[in-house]
Amino acid sequence: MPIMTDLHTELKASIIEQLNLEDMEVSDIENDEPLFGDGLGLDSIDALELIVLLEKDYGIKLTDPKKGREIFESINKMADFIEANRTK
Amino acid sequence: MKKLYLHDDCIISPLGFTTSKNLENLRSGTTGLQKLNKNDFLDTPICAGIVNSEILTETFAEIGNPQDFTKLEQMMLLAVQGVLDKNPELDLDKTGLIISTTKGNVHLLDDLADFKKERLFLSNLGNIVKDFFGFKLKPIVVSNACISGGLALAVAKKMINAGKFSEAIVVGGDMLSKFVVSGFNSFQALSENDCKPFSKDRTGINLGEAAAAILVSDLPKKNSVNISLVGDASANDANHISGPSRTGEGLYKSIQNSLKEAQISSEAIKAISTHGTATLYNDEMEAIAISRSELGEIPLHSVKGYYGHTLGASALIEAILCKHMMLNREIYPSLNFTENGVSAKINVVTAYQKSINLDYVLKTASGFGGCNLAMIFKKEGENG
Amino acid sequence: MANLGVEHWVRIKNERIILDGEVIFSSEVDIARFLKASFKFLNIKYPKFHKMDRLSKLGFIASEIVLKNNNIDEETALVFSNNSSSLDSDQNYQESVKDFPSPSLFVYTLPNIVLGEISIRHQLKSENVFFIEDEFNANLLIDYSKQLIESKKANKVLCAWLNLHNDEYDVFLWLSSESHKKEASEEQIRKIYDADYD
Repeated sequence: MPIMTDLHTELKASIIEQLNLEDMEVSDIENDEPLFGDGLGLDSIDALELIVLLEKDYGIKLTDPKKGREIFESINKMADFIEANRTK
Repeated sequence: MKKLYLHDDCIISPLGFTTSKNLENLRSGTTGLQKLNKNDFLDTPICAGIVNSEILTETFAEIGNPQDFTKLEQMMLLAVQGVLDKNPELDLDKTGLIISTTKGNVHLLDDLADFKKERLFLSNLGNIVKDFFGFKLKPIVVSNACISGGLALAVAKKMINAGKFSEAIVVGGDMLSKFVVSGFNSFQALSENDCKPFSKDRTGINLGEAAAAILVSDLPKKNSVNISLVGDASANDANHISGPSRTGEGLYKSIQNSLKEAQISSEAIKAISTHGTATLYNDEMEAIAISRSELGEIPLHSVKGYYGHTLGASALIEAILCKHMMLNREIYPSLNFTENGVSAKINVVTAYQKSINLDYVLKTASGFGGCNLAMIFKKEGENG
Repeated sequence: MANLGVEHWVRIKNERIILDGEVIFSSEVDIARFLKASFKFLNIKYPKFHKMDRLSKLGFIASEIVLKNNNIDEETALVFSNNSSSLDSDQNYQESVKDFPSPSLFVYTLPNIVLGEISIRHQLKSENVFFIEDEFNANLLIDYSKQLIESKKANKVLCAWLNLHNDEYDVFLWLSSESHKKEASEEQIRKIYDADYD
């Protein structure tokens, strides 16, 4: 069983809300599931919206969109990145 | 289908308030872009094509009260005035009026100033132009993202064919606002430095503001060389609402259909005026569509390095520039090109070229919503 | 001159959806819930619907109903119009500018985005145009459609008035094609638009 922190749950909830993932619940998103492509099926506009989410909720400014691709690979990757870089 | 002849025009931009002033700067490779560390739009520096408000107001005061009109309206009205000055005999009772804009006076959402809320409506913008000059026919307003300015010419052609009028003034314009600049910034699409269309080191677009107007007619100018729109086609990518198609599908199809209507093959095309916004994806998509159309060897340019992306004005300004290139037998250089940065072979013009016979020129444009447009202009009436 | 007839039409107004003169769905709720309920009524799986702005949702639902069971191909053009452009979404985006400008709101601040959404859904790689008018003007849509059909740039045209302002929606879509039956005149189309359907 992977460790499920509050941050993981919080992230899932805000992703569902920010990206209008209708009919989805926190428990539907796996921590290591790919967010883009075959996984949740997010697209390039969603990626930009996730960049806004990082800044708004965690005070992290991401200026290189290419870097986003690695960070937004999964909830686990996102949570690790936020823990290491958050300013709020 | 009747042809659409391009008559007198006027461009209001950071490069000047007459078309000839614009052309001078294009020939000498002088940009209208400026880098502003402190600006009204973002907390970070921007590089943009900004029309000087003071000079605009001063110039506009000669034809109207600047306080009664927004910056965009002033630019558009001056552009139309520039065309009417050259055509004092034009019968405004019968002349069509076609307006193209993407965002109109959207800056008023932030602060209405002394203007009424109606000013936010794009159809109102049409009525402002109509009433200022006393046009009688109802204006047609086109708002179809970044292909609007070119599409407005295609609309003029269709309405003339439908017998609604035989002459029309097409006017396009957009202005910079916090709304638009912050939006493109949220797309991480803006470059802080002069944009570099088709270059390997391109980092995004610059936005610009401008207006342009042109008189179009189903009849050629007498005793003169004439440029006409002989083929136009739009096609949707049906792929993504903001990202250009990877295969250039919609633009390729637009080019093919416009060639078909012009009844020529791709070999007849002598130059291409591209959309060339300098985003990674637009330029790549456009190069693919051009190369798929077997136009990879044809000289092409983007004028975004002079104007930035002027949204609803851009394709109209660029069509007007096509007309002048064809009449003057010249090609304006694509500014800031360094090294080819697209996967397909294309031929970017980097120096001003003269004495070139351009009997057919292709103009392309693409925009949000997956829209694409291609137009083919033809020169006729020239001996030799 | 091409003779254009109306194959099918849909009207969405006052919490009701009317197809070819018949009320097929009604739900007396606010616009947000009406859109949700209408989508449910379509009974399709299309997660992207929920990401759209309200103008696109309205256009999506209306086109879904009109194009259902209709024989269309990728050359079906889209000729749309309205009065308030994308003002509803413009206002939402403007709100976000004060705080953190939202790219997913910004992308919908153009009226023609709905044309992209419909094109993606039905794989239409066709001519598109979006006009802004003071009020519903059937003439312009008919004239433009005829030109598209006559110049063989389209074989059918989906025409629309798709307006949304201050939560009030007024939608009229019709599929226009060269008809063997009678031509639909401007007056007839205007009449469909004006009728009450009680």
